[in-house]
Amino acid sequence: MAVMSYLEAGKAALAAEMRDDASVWALGEDLGRGGVFGQYRGLVDEFGPARIVDTPISEATIMGAAVGAALLGTRPVVEMRFADFALCAVDELVNQAAKARYMFGGQGRVPLVARQPIGMWRSSAAQHSQSLESWYAHIPGLVVVCPFTPADNYGLLRAAIRCDDPVVYMEHKDLWAMTGEVDEAADLPLGKARLVREGSDVTLVAWSGVLRAVEAALPLLQDGPSVEVIDLRTIYPWDRDMVLDSVRRTGRLLVVHEAVATGGFGAEIAATVAGALFGNLKAPVRRLGAPRIPIPYSPPLEEACKISPAQIAETVHGML
Amino acid sequence: MDDTPGSGQDFPVIARFEVRRRSYLAPDGAPLRALPSFASDLDLLLALYRGMVLTRTFDLKAVALQRTGRLGTYAVSLGQEAVSIGVASAMREADVLLPSYRDNAALLWRGVKMEEILLYWGGDERGNCSSGPPHDFPFCVPVGSQAPHAAGVAYAFRLRKEPRVAVCLFGDGATSKGDVWEAMNFAGVWKLPLVFVANNNQWAISVPLKLQTASATLAQKAIAAGFAGEQVDGNDVLAVRAAAEEAIAAARAGGGPRLIEAVTYRLGDHTTADDAARYRPPEEVQARWKEEPITRLRSYLVSRKAWGKSQEEQLAAECQERVEAAVERYLATGPRAPQTMFDHLYAELPAVYA
Ligand SMILES: Cc1ncc(C[n+]2csc(CCOP(=O)(O)OP(=O)(O)O)c2C)c(N)n1
Ligand SMILES: [Mg+2]
Repeated sequence: MAVMSYLEAGKAALAAEMRDDASVWALGEDLGRGGVFGQYRGLVDEFGPARIVDTPISEATIMGAAVGAALLGTRPVVEMRFADFALCAVDELVNQAAKARYMFGGQGRVPLVARQPIGMWRSSAAQHSQSLESWYAHIPGLVVVCPFTPADNYGLLRAAIRCDDPVVYMEHKDLWAMTGEVDEAADLPLGKARLVREGSDVTLVAWSGVLRAVEAALPLLQDGPSVEVIDLRTIYPWDRDMVLDSVRRTGRLLVVHEAVATGGFGAEIAATVAGALFGNLKAPVRRLGAPRIPIPYSPPLEEACKISPAQIAETVHGML
Repeated sequence: MDDTPGSGQDFPVIARFEVRRRSYLAPDGAPLRALPSFASDLDLLLALYRGMVLTRTFDLKAVALQRTGRLGTYAVSLGQEAVSIGVASAMREADVLLPSYRDNAALLWRGVKMEEILLYWGGDERGNCSSGPPHDFPFCVPVGSQAPHAAGVAYAFRLRKEPRVAVCLFGDGATSKGDVWEAMNFAGVWKLPLVFVANNNQWAISVPLKLQTASATLAQKAIAAGFAGEQVDGNDVLAVRAAAEEAIAAARAGGGPRLIEAVTYRLGDHTTADDAARYRPPEEVQARWKEEPITRLRSYLVSRKAWGKSQEEQLAAECQERVEAAVERYLATGPRAPQTMFDHLYAELPAVYA
């Protein structure tokens, strides 16, 4: 086991896949110099500029070229810099990548990974801070992954690259420096949640950066209710079984995400649980997410948009 | 007066560009200049001719099927057959075709069966599992989105060091899309083995070319992307074929991309869902019939004594027969079972779909 940062884990995962499979390559803006956050630093030295490819500033065509190259049997890893900029490429992702297998009767497949970092980070303001995972969860044909730990960023990025379907891969910008143990031999599957902690009173489902607030809330709940924490990590297809099994035992569900609460993926989980386990529920299902406003530039306002540990603890208490 | 900024002063001219227009046959079929070398192969010319006639027979039948409720919306290539046929005939099997929705002729030339094309436009995506080269792309309906794909396809050839060429067709209207421009820019920067073909049929549904662009030619759009563009008479299949042949050979040899603007005219409605008489004077269309590609090549073949009335009658009957047989096979195809709706959604259907 190695200790790596979340950033290094992603880089190591890509490098490992590129070593194993000559058809894997990456393209995006500024990759040669290492990517915006350094997630690609040094890779061009090992793999050369034909496989770590600097592109013109053309998000739609970066994604579109990846679709074409994927249909020809290569495995492109697309770097979009920010989920916010990936919106310039949504047509290619939603209308092309997600549809090709289905529309071509299974003849074509689009094994691409669209890396698009999400989340609030150092007051980056409204156009560099969004968490848009629920947009893509809505699109049939796409896989959506939001890793939280370095181990997951390693294992899930490798799984995403090997996946034969298009994967929207959303790293959280505020986690780049976070370190953790990474088992490079572990084989992590897509579509399986991670049980962070067992508990018996409340099921708390979360993913990505907000899990830090969840971790910080747990000491505040030390003498209170026993909370079972699930890191969903793959948003679609989501691990419905693990969530339902848990809520069947606890009778209570709280979903926490950094994304705007309205129409967030928490709504899908809440509705599914309410529909399947109505008779088991001991309290109304609760959701925590950002207010429906653009993420403010101002640091104190940005901070106020984030889910705090105290808010989580208070909500859990209120469910008992 | 020269309106170049800085003209009349002694600033040096640092760049000059040219766009040429290629044509070999006049509308009456008379050669305008020495013909390209492949034109000495009469069998090839006859094959091009047959391909265009089959396409037209097929197109007209498809419209009849739509009018009688047996086919969905359909886009004919009436008057533009030379573009698709000329380009497709210059490709190798291993090359990859990225067509627009109007390139029925190219698909037929590449081996897609007529009943498969009908199946697709009849609303059954099994038609996309065609008998054409498996690496070819199917019809692309979102305007221009095949261009970025073509850049990726060509990049995949580069990555794998394969001597193949991607050939991407789109309309004049598509050249207004950022996708098309971005793809040309990619192809230029990366010097990709990629040939772009703009089928300039003068219309994008009801929007005429002059409302689409102020550019004097579409071919010149390549210049800003750093490669050559050429205009060809798109009603002259010899010109299209020759330009495509050269461009594909150059691309295969590592010379990078090219853009061919094939100037033609959409003699039919945009699709069966359109009535062009509402926005286009019939006299304009009538005048353009004098330039259409099939009569033109036939006139030339007749002048070479390679074609005559009996062959024409025989070909017409043969095309009719082939099309009717394909229609029968199409109509005999049963509908898809509703439970197949989840097929091919993912490599493996996720458990959450249960
Ligand atoms: C992205 C997109 N925008 C708009 C349309 C609607 N549309 C379909 S065909 C067409 C005109 C395209 O004209 P052109 O590129 O000249 O091709 P042509 O139909 O003349 O062959 C339009 C606007 C579409 N299919 N896709
Ligand atoms: Mg047009």
